[in-house]
Amino acid sequence: MTEKRVSFTLESTLESVNLAEEKTEKVSAELGFSDEDCHRLAMSVREAMVNAVLHGNAYDPKKRVTLVFEHDGKKLTITIVDEGKGLDAALLPDPLAPENLLKQSGRGIFLMRSFMDDVQIRNLKPGTEVKLTKSVGAEGAEEAREDEKQ
Amino acid sequence: MMKTSTRKVENVTIVDLSGRITLGEGSVVLRDTVRDLIAKGDKKILLNLGEVTYIDSSGIGELVSAFTTVRNQGGELKLLNLTKKVHDLLQITKLYTVFDVKDDEATAIQSFSK
Repeated sequence: MTEKRVSFTLESTLESVNLAEEKTEKVSAELGFSDEDCHRLAMSVREAMVNAVLHGNAYDPKKRVTLVFEHDGKKLTITIVDEGKGLDAALLPDPLAPENLLKQSGRGIFLMRSFMDDVQIRNLKPGTEVKLTKSVGAEGAEEAREDEKQ
Repeated sequence: MMKTSTRKVENVTIVDLSGRITLGEGSVVLRDTVRDLIAKGDKKILLNLGEVTYIDSSGIGELVSAFTTVRNQGGELKLLNLTKKVHDLLQITKLYTVFDVKDDEATAIQSFSK
């Protein structure tokens, strides 16, 4: 399969969040991800886009969010870059800690990490880059490994 | 787009929600609905999520906020009819054991304090 890269430059609006989510559903379905994985990919992108638009660019009409889809036939990598102050992911509180369990926010990056094979967050100072990666057919590979164990 | 409708069975207010509970869509509707119920003195609230197709971290946050708001007012808020997606999200975020989750309306109503 040939490598493919598609890039979008989006405004800092909730419409962009919804658009990015829809594009992810479409791209991941075309690449053959299961319905469950399509949902997880789209939700991860939604969470990253919300962070970029709301916390990063703070709805600033002058700032943009870049959304890039790249696939090589084996994995899909989605990169979201904002133009905000930058985020230090190491400082984020653990949403599963008892003292944070009933907090209203702080679960977005945790959900991305739960749903994706790999999540890399880079502070670009300014700006934040979130790189989400998921292997095509990862579920099948996992099942195969489980079968081998039995 | 999320829709809500409320009905009362015995002394419990059931809120039937449908659609998406996400930032900028259902989150605000859910917040306003629960706030209005508390203002009216309805503090036994059962959120029926059976027709909720999608929920994001903002929606989860709104559910948590509704739960703590009602509890702080001396009331009870419970969840009914979780879809698999919502159930999985609450499991992952360790909130499944925080909420009182029911899958049968009659049983849920009986479980509220009299």
